[in-house]
Amino acid sequence: MATTTAPGPVRPAGRPAEDGPPSRRRRRGVRRSYLPYLLLVPAALLELGIHVVPMLVGVWMSLLELTQFHIRDWSTAPFAGLDNYRVTFDLDSATGRDLLHSFWVTTAYTTLSVGLSWMLGLAAAVFLQRPFKGRALLRTLFLTPYALPVYTAVITWTFMFQRDTGLVNHALDQLGLVDGANPPFWLIGENSFVALLVVSVWRSWPFAFLCLMAGLQNVPAELYEASAIDGANFWRRLRDVTLPMLRPVNQVLLLVLFLWTFNDFNTPYVLFGGSAPRQADLISIHIYQSSFVTWNFGLGSAMSVALLLFLLVVTAGYLLVTNRRREHA
Amino acid sequence: MRESTGERWARRVVLGLLTLFVLAPLYVMVSSGLKPLRDVQGAFTWLPSRVTFEPFVEMWQTVPLGRYLVNSLLVASSAALVSVAIAIFAAFAISRYRFRGRQLFSVTVLSTQMFPGILFLLPLFLIYVNLGNATGIELYASRLGLTITYLTFSLPFSIWMLVGYFDSIPRGLDEAAQVDGAGPLRTLFQVILPTAVPGIVAVTVYAFMTAWGEVLFASVMTDEHSRTLAVGLQGYATQYNVYWNQAMAASVVVSVPVVVGFLALQRYFVAGLTAGAVK
Repeated sequence: MATTTAPGPVRPAGRPAEDGPPSRRRRRGVRRSYLPYLLLVPAALLELGIHVVPMLVGVWMSLLELTQFHIRDWSTAPFAGLDNYRVTFDLDSATGRDLLHSFWVTTAYTTLSVGLSWMLGLAAAVFLQRPFKGRALLRTLFLTPYALPVYTAVITWTFMFQRDTGLVNHALDQLGLVDGANPPFWLIGENSFVALLVVSVWRSWPFAFLCLMAGLQNVPAELYEASAIDGANFWRRLRDVTLPMLRPVNQVLLLVLFLWTFNDFNTPYVLFGGSAPRQADLISIHIYQSSFVTWNFGLGSAMSVALLLFLLVVTAGYLLVTNRRREHA
Repeated sequence: MRESTGERWARRVVLGLLTLFVLAPLYVMVSSGLKPLRDVQGAFTWLPSRVTFEPFVEMWQTVPLGRYLVNSLLVASSAALVSVAIAIFAAFAISRYRFRGRQLFSVTVLSTQMFPGILFLLPLFLIYVNLGNATGIELYASRLGLTITYLTFSLPFSIWMLVGYFDSIPRGLDEAAQVDGAGPLRTLFQVILPTAVPGIVAVTVYAFMTAWGEVLFASVMTDEHSRTLAVGLQGYATQYNVYWNQAMAASVVVSVPVVVGFLALQRYFVAGLTAGAVK
């Protein structure tokens, strides 16, 4: 049945709403004017109720002094104006400094994770282009981490990163890379950032692979043949044919990976069991901790709003730059 | 086009390393689920000292895994079914009609995907608690609340993918049905849906996976009775004892259905992504 779905890249640009036979046109015209809206009502209501309204409430909460004393009846919470934001961005206070630290950790984590996931995904997609024995099997295997529920994957990694009972130290010891008598900790201290990064890449590179593989299917074989006749080697083909053809996929893929990774909560939450070590204190976990452990929801909301604004600015800038480059290309 | 020797070796090395990277946790999960407790309390061993299915039996007692499983099944399947039903109507409207606000709706719905979960977790938590106090409808710490929350998570991407599928169904079919006197809804149910079955199945699996795997809201919005696997599975690691073999056995049981479902339908995901991403 792939025939009905595969040739989907071109979407008809526009079509007049009136295409019935003339005799029915008037009756349809009335019905058609409200029917599409009616069809959208359930989706719109849910998106409004679960996303848009809570977001607006969140903005309002960030202006309140919403601490544990006012959770029961939050209409009693005093208006705080921009106080929560002042605390959030006050680099002289511990709160502000910790948030900034968490922001840098998240930025480094996101950059490395997205970059590595993209490179692994590209390598796998390119090397699986050519038919060979076992290709379908490898393709299926590579998609498995994406299909696994995040918590089972991360719990398994938690087990693997255990200092005394895990696979990682055992394998490194067998390879002679660590001192078996005194193996390193992975889930606390300096190494926790590396552990988090490894798990994150393991989880997200298959998605990059899936998208890039889909994108490569649209590259006409003649392009490769032409560049091979020109004597282009592997790298030249990659640079001159593959990457330019993947540009539209990359534009969406990198943005989606960035947003997912920057907002990532699941991986650190399951890997470290609730509270992340300072070296791996991602922003979502940090805000969660600041809100639910101290029950200061006003402050937590202010941090969340700041995070959303940051993501909005980055996304808008990214789309602006990449769209302009696309037009010039 | 011939593959040079260098390329062939690069391909083997890269794909070999990636295979090892992907396989390691899968191997640990399956092999540790077959180990006696003693094996996972000492230094790691590549093979079980003896193969046993005890972890698969004992895991139901160590934590109330059965209850978590039922909760997850109920929440994920109702979220998936409702979400797909709603997405079908929305996608039909977007694919087959030009109307004012069409673009706005699509952009708004997709952009909710970028909201940090943590931003609307806090307000939603308070809204559910307060709504419950005011009306008596239990949304906080209930499967109903969790279901409603989760179905909105998969909705945007489901709509997006289904619009792609519906767009690829020729309008000639609609028009033929209309000439026969079918109204829009009959056209949807008798012409479009039967043609789009693979897409709808793929989207349903996606929605199920989204709800099945969610951790953040599950950790805040559930109590002991409504707890789902996402939170419940962490119960194997207690302060006193860590039953890694049972945790791994439970992970296998919980993963197999979604992994099999996804892998069986992978080509439809690729097709859906192609339709969406290339636009």
